[in-house]
Amino acid sequence: MRICIVGCGAVGSLFAANLAQLEDVEVWAFDAARDHVEAINANGLRLSGAGDVLGRLRATTDPGELPACDFGIVATKAMHTEAAIRATAHAFAGGSVATVQNGLGNEQVLAAHVERVMRGTTFPAGKIVGPGHVQWDVKGDTTLGPFEEQPAPFADVERLADACTRAGMPTHAVEDARGPQWRKVIFNAASNPIGALTGLTHGRVCERPDLRALVSGLVSEGKAVAAAQGIELDSDPEALIDHAAKPEVAYGHKASMLQDVEARRTTEIDYLNGGIVRFGREHGVPTPLNEAIWALVKGVEQSWQQ
Amino acid sequence: MTRVCVAGAGTIGSLFAAHLAQVAEVFVLTRREEHARALNEHGLTVTGRAELTAAVTAAADPAQLPEPDLVIVACKGADVEPLTQRLAGHFPAATLMTVQNGLGAEEIAGAHGSWPLLSAVTFMSGTRLSDTTVEYVLDTETWIGPYRDTTPDDARAVAALIASSGLKAEGFDDLRPAQWSKLIFNATVNAVAALTGLAHDPHFAETEQLSDLGHLVRDLVDEGKAVAAAAGVELWEDPWEMNVLATQRGHRHSPSMLEDVKAHRPTEVDLITGSLVREAHKAGVSVPLHTALYRLVKAKEASYS
Repeated sequence: MRICIVGCGAVGSLFAANLAQLEDVEVWAFDAARDHVEAINANGLRLSGAGDVLGRLRATTDPGELPACDFGIVATKAMHTEAAIRATAHAFAGGSVATVQNGLGNEQVLAAHVERVMRGTTFPAGKIVGPGHVQWDVKGDTTLGPFEEQPAPFADVERLADACTRAGMPTHAVEDARGPQWRKVIFNAASNPIGALTGLTHGRVCERPDLRALVSGLVSEGKAVAAAQGIELDSDPEALIDHAAKPEVAYGHKASMLQDVEARRTTEIDYLNGGIVRFGREHGVPTPLNEAIWALVKGVEQSWQQ
Repeated sequence: MTRVCVAGAGTIGSLFAAHLAQVAEVFVLTRREEHARALNEHGLTVTGRAELTAAVTAAADPAQLPEPDLVIVACKGADVEPLTQRLAGHFPAATLMTVQNGLGAEEIAGAHGSWPLLSAVTFMSGTRLSDTTVEYVLDTETWIGPYRDTTPDDARAVAALIASSGLKAEGFDDLRPAQWSKLIFNATVNAVAALTGLAHDPHFAETEQLSDLGHLVRDLVDEGKAVAAAAGVELWEDPWEMNVLATQRGHRHSPSMLEDVKAHRPTEVDLITGSLVREAHKAGVSVPLHTALYRLVKAKEASYS
């Protein structure tokens, strides 16, 4: 089985290095960062932290080098999906492609370029600490399912999930993967931008009752949009938010969007709150707070050009 | 010659004092002794929209200043209480004029003496360069109306005095329509600027894309209008039009709340957005977006430490 990781950043690297441990899987990675790719080819891809892994795989910045693959796992930031899949689609002409990205709408983008698509959500997280080296911060489950509009065969979903699970990345194949995805999106859309706009860590956001109420307002809108589509959340985002606020979990964690804003990197707001707003409009559900937060974070990005 | 005491020598106070000194006798009440000494020694210099240096008499103790006809309370909103407390028992023959953002400065000042009161709002802005130098940035108007034991003619007389000094001013029969227009404009533009880091520029009027900031600005203005309507105030100007006009000036104005946030200072959000949210509550109108922005700005202040 040949699997190509498209976008070998922190999350992509967790899949790539772990899958490379399997004898029956040949792993490729496509990424735009030349130093990262060269380090992987020279010394392998190293994970440390929650697990210590050294993966031997082929990495490239040149999509022309990619052979025909059975599976793609797309793990780029959401704003790079279109460019990444356009460049690599030829490798998946006979295969299935899964997204494990943040946000809403990635499946639609993939489906414009490849035939068989999987909707996916993943919770493991890490960060790149240097070329060829990723720190694995959090272990967690992944869920994969066929993308309703252009589904990968369920047998393919099961095959990929099985490979990931055997590689140490527990993955569930489900018929409807929307629940976990929306749970994660609602969680991220309600907590990430509040951290980004105020500069507060997750725990400090949650200990201000008025601010926590604003977070709940955002959650409620997201839940209403999910409900209007008949999506059943696999658990309550409110519980996740309170859980993450505990000192021993992520009290002092700066949301990734806050880290993006501090580094003046474009955020994923278009695919989080922006996604909730777009789906809300499609299904006639008002989302005024998500709209406001979306506009404010876009404003933050615009202020860097002033 | 009219005698004016400017109480509070920040940016706005300094602009009033230096200009009025061209047509009136001006005294300046400062908080710090050394500030008063510097003013007495060097006078007050304005650069930017106007270039002038004025001689003023300054003191940190009102007892050391002559009796004025008019006191302009020109400090930041949060300082009205301590400043007017210091004025208690002084200048019994003077009329007091407040020029703070938000609502309620008149009540706070009026509690410390039986002075006749004028109510004012100012749109002019500048940057304080030193104790004795201020840059005049936006040469926009000051609006004045009667408040307590004063008449529309009193308001117009003070507006005429200010206008004769080279600043822009207008007197009103009732300031509330203008004051509320400014409050809604300010609550909207200041909070959005403080949270995004954007100076007030054309982004605030853009409505092309779904995520454009103009939608949020318009929604915030609409919430404010609903509060004004419920409070029985007919607005003088449409705050949305004020926003569009201001962004077309070709000059990016940096609202004070943005400056405060950048400098990690407490903001005036309690006075500005807070006033609007309190009025909304009184009138039974729901303002979820202003409430959200209020909470975000308060949280941003908390992030300083």
